[in-house]
Amino acid sequence: MSSESNVDSIGQALAAATAAVATAGDADSLRRIANEYSGKQSALVAIKSSLGAMTDVEARKVAGRAVNAALQTLDAVVAERLVALERAAAGHAAASEAMDLTEHLARRSRGHAHIVTQAWERLEDVFVGMGFKVAEGPEVETDFNNFTALNMPPNHPARSNFDTLFVKYGEPGSTLLRTHTSPVQIRVMQEWDLPIYAVMPGRVFRRDTPDATHMPVFHQIEGLVVDKGITFAHLAGTIEAFTKAFFGSEFTSRLRPSYFPFTEPSAEFDVRSANGKWVELGGCGMVHPNVLQAGGIDPEVYTGFAFGFGIDRMAKERHEVADLRDMYANDLRFVRQF
Amino acid sequence: MRIVRSWLEEFADLRRWSDDELAVAITSLGLSVEATEMVGTPVDGVVVAKVLRTERHADAAKVHRVWVDAGDGVERHVWCGAFNMQVGDLVPLATLGTKMPDGRDILKRGILGIDSEGMLCSGAELGVASDASGILILPANAKLGRNVFEALGMQRDIVFDLDVTRNRPDCTGHLGVARDVAAHFGVKFTPPKGGGAKPGSARKVAVKIVDEQACARFNVTVMSGIVVGDSPDYLARRIIAAGMRPINNAVDASNLVMLETNQPNHAYDATKVASGFRIRLAMAGERLVTLDGVDRALDSADLLICDGNDRAIGIAGIMGGQDTEISGSTTEIALETAWFAPDGIRLTSQRLALRTEASARFERGVDPHGVAHSVARFAAILRESCPKLVVHAGASDPKTKHLPKSATISLRVAQVNRVLGTALNVRQVSTLLTRIGFVCAPKKIAVKKGSLVADGAGLSVKVPSWRPDCTDEIDLVEEVARHVGYDSLGKQVSQSTQPGGLSPLQQRRRALRDVVLSFGASEAMPNPFLAPGDHERAGVGAGVGVGGPVLTLENPLVAEESVLRHSLRPGMLRAVAFNVAHRAAHISLFELGHVYPAHHGVDANVPHNLPDEHEQLCIMMVGADAATAINWWSQITAVFGVGAQVDQNRVPAGYHATRSATLARGKQVVGYVGELDRLVLAAHGIEERVACLEVNASVLLGETPKVPVAKPVSRFPSSDFDLAFAAPTRITAAVLQRALRQAAGALGEEVSLFDVFRKTTGDDTRSLAFAVRLRASDRTLTETEVASTRAACIAAGVKLGCTLRGS
Repeated sequence: MSSESNVDSIGQALAAATAAVATAGDADSLRRIANEYSGKQSALVAIKSSLGAMTDVEARKVAGRAVNAALQTLDAVVAERLVALERAAAGHAAASEAMDLTEHLARRSRGHAHIVTQAWERLEDVFVGMGFKVAEGPEVETDFNNFTALNMPPNHPARSNFDTLFVKYGEPGSTLLRTHTSPVQIRVMQEWDLPIYAVMPGRVFRRDTPDATHMPVFHQIEGLVVDKGITFAHLAGTIEAFTKAFFGSEFTSRLRPSYFPFTEPSAEFDVRSANGKWVELGGCGMVHPNVLQAGGIDPEVYTGFAFGFGIDRMAKERHEVADLRDMYANDLRFVRQF
Repeated sequence: MRIVRSWLEEFADLRRWSDDELAVAITSLGLSVEATEMVGTPVDGVVVAKVLRTERHADAAKVHRVWVDAGDGVERHVWCGAFNMQVGDLVPLATLGTKMPDGRDILKRGILGIDSEGMLCSGAELGVASDASGILILPANAKLGRNVFEALGMQRDIVFDLDVTRNRPDCTGHLGVARDVAAHFGVKFTPPKGGGAKPGSARKVAVKIVDEQACARFNVTVMSGIVVGDSPDYLARRIIAAGMRPINNAVDASNLVMLETNQPNHAYDATKVASGFRIRLAMAGERLVTLDGVDRALDSADLLICDGNDRAIGIAGIMGGQDTEISGSTTEIALETAWFAPDGIRLTSQRLALRTEASARFERGVDPHGVAHSVARFAAILRESCPKLVVHAGASDPKTKHLPKSATISLRVAQVNRVLGTALNVRQVSTLLTRIGFVCAPKKIAVKKGSLVADGAGLSVKVPSWRPDCTDEIDLVEEVARHVGYDSLGKQVSQSTQPGGLSPLQQRRRALRDVVLSFGASEAMPNPFLAPGDHERAGVGAGVGVGGPVLTLENPLVAEESVLRHSLRPGMLRAVAFNVAHRAAHISLFELGHVYPAHHGVDANVPHNLPDEHEQLCIMMVGADAATAINWWSQITAVFGVGAQVDQNRVPAGYHATRSATLARGKQVVGYVGELDRLVLAAHGIEERVACLEVNASVLLGETPKVPVAKPVSRFPSSDFDLAFAAPTRITAAVLQRALRQAAGALGEEVSLFDVFRKTTGDDTRSLAFAVRLRASDRTLTETEVASTRAACIAAGVKLGCTLRGS
């Protein structure tokens, strides 16, 4: 045989094999076809075996390279076909188990935290970031902690500003539902080490008929700082830092004189947004020396400031709730909006 | 408190400042301006007109015809119901098309077929005077056709509505506000002068103060030469602007003095109180008809003004009686100017629900030494309408030892600076305080031992008698702060010297809420106040940690909110029922809140002992069974590393008898889990099953979980086998599981229940299948080891009365 005829027959065998591979419909038939065209009985292998008989060394080398190349090409074609077949099979399997994911979108999922809780935690986080700890106290309190220790001894006229709910427990008038979170200040001063940087969120109670802006049960957060060298400027600075951290850097704050029995000098604090409108937010002031004393702290050594405001209002304004009562109706249609 | 700008300006020259600037200044002093109102605004279309002639009409008895000239040469005809004008008088004519202050439009209207071309106006109709009985007669020099308001020299005025805090009684009078504002702007403050009236012969009215504490001063000054009539218009306008109603010149003078000085007073017809005054507490059962016509039952704590015959004629400091009032024929008055103890006035006023301009002032504390000035101002004001007024000498003015004395306070300037962060000196502080009436003298003050206020330089400060709020050094510090200006004190962030953060309990509370939210439950906040019977209706028995009776409120708003909850269940059931009634889907709610069980084990009579309040968690899900509830509990215990015995033998009150358990740790009950009782649910209108978990959150959150110590993970393979037992119902899965775990011993890595199978009918056993995984940390287990452990497990099950299935 001439080398030319060998090369021709190699090309023909490869062409036939490639055509056969293309007809393979699955992995099994592909394996069969591959065996048929590259196995021991195949034309290519037969050509390869016959090369030994060739006397022309150069021609034998050329033919040998050609048959090896053809066998490699055939392997590659088979491998390619196998990948294509697997892909197609996977595609079939996927098509048979199709899912509509949107069917599952509406499944029940996580519950919704109360918007007061959400506001409460956001406030705590801002103050924690400013170096405050969080203090708590009981909701049923003594008259002493709620009033007397806060510079409002029995019959103090300012007591009438708080519509107090009294609990039948012990001496009449000795136990009440705290009207503000301030009694926690007394507990913190008595129990904690100095200096104190604390906020006191909590539930408070007033004998108020519910309406769009008042609830008998609501929530406040107070802050208390007692340290050496604390001045009124620290109060104003802390309120300002809080205002910017909580509401945004475009907000600013101001203090204006007011009256609370437990602070002196006392102030109301207002915040103003970029739109220029001042909104009254809460009360604050330097802790009254009598209150420091009730807390077991020497007012000649320590000074402090305190501030407080409503948590419910923060939630109400953030979510534009028209009526506070909606926040306490526990209606899932409302609760699930937030 | 309504403060009239023109009135302030009588005491301080404030012309340089606009209304807005003034409002900002007043607010910055702590006298919050809630609203600014414009008064005395001219009414367009009301012009000066001259009366040309008048004529009665035979068929009209109550009106007559008036022809006027408004300066434009046109003779206009109007019908008029007042007859007080003469031909040639100048009167205000509201021309056609005028809109009157009360909203009326002046239209062409006819009487008896004759049109009226406008309306003649009274002073009251224009809001410029109090008199409504006749047409306002204008000054003869007014120019015809000119707007009446311009012709009268009326000026628009501004009223600032102030929210005066309780500590500033002086600012419920114009004088106090003017003093503060003048000091703020650094302009001269000029208090008004009193007197001018003719001094008269001595006329003494006997006064006996019986209760010396409740009434510490009672001045009675007799004045004669009074002709009761209208007040001058400018004074009447002032009273209207300040929010009161002009009555007559004597009553108006009384009100004007109060609105100016803050001192309430009361003018009696002198002839009706000739017998004198006795000031005493009311007797049991005593009654009085007050000026407002109400017959009031009095209490032995109420202070009364009585006449010399001990007949009650007024409730001291609050409201007078009906029959000693000034009448049109009064010519002599007895003027009472007193100081009453604030607490007494406040308590009586509260008890009677009767709050008056006078009581509001007395209960804040009026100036105990302002009586003479206030009487002099009354005379000066009344003299404007009664030129022949005589102020008689010999006024009674008894004072008791309870009359407050002005305090003198030592003020350390270093303390001012320490609290305010300022660097003021003695002279600056003195200047600020002197401007508002405090009398200051330099003083070296002894340094207290241990005090950080080491510099004794300071002032001896005499507090003016109108500032009863200033009793301590810190009160003066506030006065300095107000007049330096809060805005000028600077803003400096206080740097906490401590790390901030939530306590472990607070962090765990957030984690707990997060876990519960992940169950799909939304947070409810039901009312913590319950109606009597709500606990019982919710099936709450002797609840978690409950020993005694429920706590109730002394003064609930309504009876339905008189009981303090000792369980979250009633409120949660109500919230669930509400949503069931509104046909909400997938109802699942939780509450994390305080409960207030009545005391147990504490003596309620020990002072400052409080009830056993604690935090509680309650989760409810409608349409879910007990499996869901126990799964919540197992997830919570997994997160918190806090376990409890699930004791199904202790059925919690109000729960399903066979699908519930008490969560207990030894003797301590920490919660309940399962489904709620059908009857309880039915009582709330709920038909579906409700899974419920109640846990004492204080216990749960109060535990500090152990920090897990790492164990090395075995590199050797596990040996696994499954065991299915037919277990009698009385053997709980937990008991069998615990037995298997013990039997597996040290090799047992995990024993988990993977299948439960019940035959639909027949015996009381069910199949419980457990997967057991054995592993050693140091070797591959031999078949012998696995076989003997398996045998031990089977034996443990059999010992409990179970039989191995499929063997």
